[in-house]
Amino acid sequence: MRRPRPPLFLARAVYRRRRLRDAARLLPVLGLFLLLLPLMWGDPSGKGAGQSVVYVFVVWVVLIALAAYLAPGLARPESDGEAGRDAQLPPSGGKSGGQDAL
Amino acid sequence: MHSCRRQVASLGAKMPFNLLVLACLAYVAFLFLVAFAGERRAAMGAMGFLRSPVVYTLSLSIYCTAWTFYGAVGYAARSGLEFLTIYLGPTLVFIGWWWVLRKLVRIGRQQRVTSIADLISSRYGKSNILGILVTVIAVVAATPYIALQLQSVTQSFGVFASETPENWALPNHDATVFWVAAGLALFTIVFGTRNLDAKEQHHGIVIAIAVEAVVKLVALLAVGIFVVWGLGGGPVAMIGRIETIANPAWMIQPTRWAGLIFLSAAAVISLPRMFQVMVVENVEEDHLARASWAFPLYLVLMNIFILPIAVVGLELMPAGANPDMLVLTLPLSQGQGGLAMLAFLGGFSSATSMVIVETIALATMVSNHIVMPVWLWLRPDTARTGDLRGGILLSRRLSIMAVLALGVAYFKMSGGSNALAAIGLVAFAGMAQVLPAILGGIFWRGGTKLGAVLGLSIGFVVWAYTLFLPSFGEGAMLSAEIFRNGLFGIGWLRPQALFGTEGMDPLIHALFWSFSLNTAAYALGSLLSFPDPVERVQGVSFVNAFDEESQAERLGWTHGQAEPEALLNMAQRILGDDAALSFFETETAAQGKAGYLPDLTPAFLAALERRLAGSVGAATAHAMISQLFGRATVTVEDLMAVATEAAQIMEYSAQLESQRSELTRTARQLREVNEKLTQISAQKDAFLSQISHELRTPMTSIRAFSEILTEGDLPPKMVADYGQIIHAEAQRLTRLLDDLLDISVLENGSVQLNLGLASITDMIERALVAASQTRPERRFEVQRDPTREAIFVRTDPDRLVQVFINLISNARKYCDAEAPRLRISVRQKGGRVMVDFIDNGSGIPKEAQGLIFEKFARLSDESRAGGAGLGLAICREIMANLGGTVAYLPGQKGAAFRVSVPLRLDPAAGVAAKETLRV
Repeated sequence: MRRPRPPLFLARAVYRRRRLRDAARLLPVLGLFLLLLPLMWGDPSGKGAGQSVVYVFVVWVVLIALAAYLAPGLARPESDGEAGRDAQLPPSGGKSGGQDAL
Repeated sequence: MHSCRRQVASLGAKMPFNLLVLACLAYVAFLFLVAFAGERRAAMGAMGFLRSPVVYTLSLSIYCTAWTFYGAVGYAARSGLEFLTIYLGPTLVFIGWWWVLRKLVRIGRQQRVTSIADLISSRYGKSNILGILVTVIAVVAATPYIALQLQSVTQSFGVFASETPENWALPNHDATVFWVAAGLALFTIVFGTRNLDAKEQHHGIVIAIAVEAVVKLVALLAVGIFVVWGLGGGPVAMIGRIETIANPAWMIQPTRWAGLIFLSAAAVISLPRMFQVMVVENVEEDHLARASWAFPLYLVLMNIFILPIAVVGLELMPAGANPDMLVLTLPLSQGQGGLAMLAFLGGFSSATSMVIVETIALATMVSNHIVMPVWLWLRPDTARTGDLRGGILLSRRLSIMAVLALGVAYFKMSGGSNALAAIGLVAFAGMAQVLPAILGGIFWRGGTKLGAVLGLSIGFVVWAYTLFLPSFGEGAMLSAEIFRNGLFGIGWLRPQALFGTEGMDPLIHALFWSFSLNTAAYALGSLLSFPDPVERVQGVSFVNAFDEESQAERLGWTHGQAEPEALLNMAQRILGDDAALSFFETETAAQGKAGYLPDLTPAFLAALERRLAGSVGAATAHAMISQLFGRATVTVEDLMAVATEAAQIMEYSAQLESQRSELTRTARQLREVNEKLTQISAQKDAFLSQISHELRTPMTSIRAFSEILTEGDLPPKMVADYGQIIHAEAQRLTRLLDDLLDISVLENGSVQLNLGLASITDMIERALVAASQTRPERRFEVQRDPTREAIFVRTDPDRLVQVFINLISNARKYCDAEAPRLRISVRQKGGRVMVDFIDNGSGIPKEAQGLIFEKFARLSDESRAGGAGLGLAICREIMANLGGTVAYLPGQKGAAFRVSVPLRLDPAAGVAAKETLRV
């Protein structure tokens, strides 16, 4: 009872949806990078905190906007692509479970 | 500054303390109403708005406690931008929901997780040791935090009560704390322990918290807008003002900035109250997608005015003013009494909502992982007897009071000192110690119980030694000697410089060491130990939560010696009669059978265990089923799948096995049907002879007596007597023929229904009167609940009364108890009315339960009291015509029948129901 070999290419819609999930995974990494950036700005003792405040809030709002842009696509139930989803998994001997396979 | 003081003094007169207390009480009463309305709507099944993502997002805002509402401004005044880290961490976690939160919510729903302790205990083989460990950590970390909330409420009362805002002392703040805590306990008990829900959700509380979330946001925004536009001269001027501040304490410290972002990110996943609203109270997974950006947006709005309030507050208020109370004192000092009142209610909301949810989460853990196991251990027979629901609810309520009492005690012990202000981060760091066990548990199949126990206990001990105990100050918990020279004089064990790391900030130091050692112990313990089968199966189903296939092969129960009826009895005592019966009914229907007792397939037992776990936690549910079931076992297939990763061959045989058991089940069902058919055929023969017999007996006597009468010359008294006998026998014949006619009309579906509106009370009354003629010599006690009976239904009242009469007179006839008692209970559920007739006799034996609704099925002849055994058959046909059902209810310690009718009978639907029945 081996699982059938996964197809080499995916339908365009499914492919898009997978990349959307990748984007969702990368978003917090981008956020962390941007929020740690002020630490590299050198000695801030000369100037006040005004600039940093504006920077942090702008980054914050941009991250929220990006998340809001991605969320509806991620929440959509996977109808067409999902039916054959297991079939598209690489045969991962159950090691990682592969629940989020590309 | 002098004018400022004068203004405040004059305000004291404008804003009487009594008015404040009154507003506060009115607000609390309003919350009670909101929660009550929420519960009502949920009970009626009209959830609508309650289930919207907006409410879910707003309920998440209990992350922002009074520590945010008052403390953030103080934090900003002391150390500038750093306070934002507390909200940036959660933002990253939420916009990255696809990583962790999505999986947590999915697992929470699949496993019916009731708390964070339950999640960890369930993942590592339903281990109760882990449940206890996490519960202890949660209680220790949360108690000071609850105390902090109580302190903020008393302090804010103090601001209004005292003449000048700089003086916090409230004459009797002990009394304030006591009354606030008592009020919160009442609210939590009323709405948190109303029922033992299958999934531990509290709709009333969630809606109240959503309302409080709006109040605190509006309050903070109002104060902020007043400060920026009213006092600060607009946003541009405000930024310029912030720019000019050159306070060295305001410099961003890189390690603290990064460390605190990490800490708050860890905390938002592992705080018990966040877990409660995020996972346990989640009604739909999709809501998380919306909350992934809406909750960070809420956080931005909460924080956007914090820095301006702090800057303006520092400028305008006297030097000694408590920066933690600026949100209140700033509007007060500007003569804005109304605004201050709004701010006060906002702070009050933040504190109360946090305390309520935290208390529920902790009480669930304490009750499920400590009280219940101890109770079951002390009295093992309670799993089989006695009503457990009362016990569980009682232990919940006591736990709620205990948790709040701990908070009050801590508050009194620490004397409301400023040491509490720092406790927020300390509590975060303590609770975050469960993070490695959670993340490892949901992403790494190799994580084991031993690893989790080691990691948690080492992390907890290091946290307590390096952060919690030192937070009380030198000489309070740890002596100054230990601070200087380390434990036992070992320099490497100094609490704030473990292994010689002296240069670190104390908080970052504690965070660094507790997390490093915790994670290392978890990883090492997991690598070196070997998990037991239950753990491995749970591990697979947690890590592969999104893989449908692996969800199918879960931990199962092999066939043991338990009877379905015993399981039903146990389930009834935990879930309640109704919920248990409907659960068993659905499961039976899913197996393609009728009635209430399903086959004990592994799938059914796993479903039952998960359902029970929703009420008493995974470990307890597992233990209870294994008590009834003999031994806790996994199926052979599971063991095989676990034992070897190359399970492909086994999978095939497992499929064969499942097909085989499927076949066996089908064969058994066929056999059951066949048995029934044979019985019915025998009945058919019996029916004919029965009918001839029933017709012949009266006929014979009529013929005999009429013969005598035709001979003539009899005394008139005898003529009258014989005439009487002939009349009575003719009546009996008519009744029998009526019955037969009735049933054939009903069976053909050509019956004419006279629909009308009638109350259940009246119909039961009528039926009781009519049925009292059956065995009138017996004393018969009838128990009813008139308030629940007051339901009007649209149906054919005469027909329904006929059914009631039949059931009641059956009880009168056949109930063999010494003191016969009949309980009639009525309830309404999902557009249907259920009327249960339950007597205290010996009930109907299992093998006869399938037959009693057949024609001429009289179980015994011993107490024959007329009638031809058509009663229940007629009842069944009537109910089918009324669009309802009548069925035997097993497991009620007596004969019990349930009549279920629709609230409104739609004539077409009645016929349709009838048609499907016929097919």
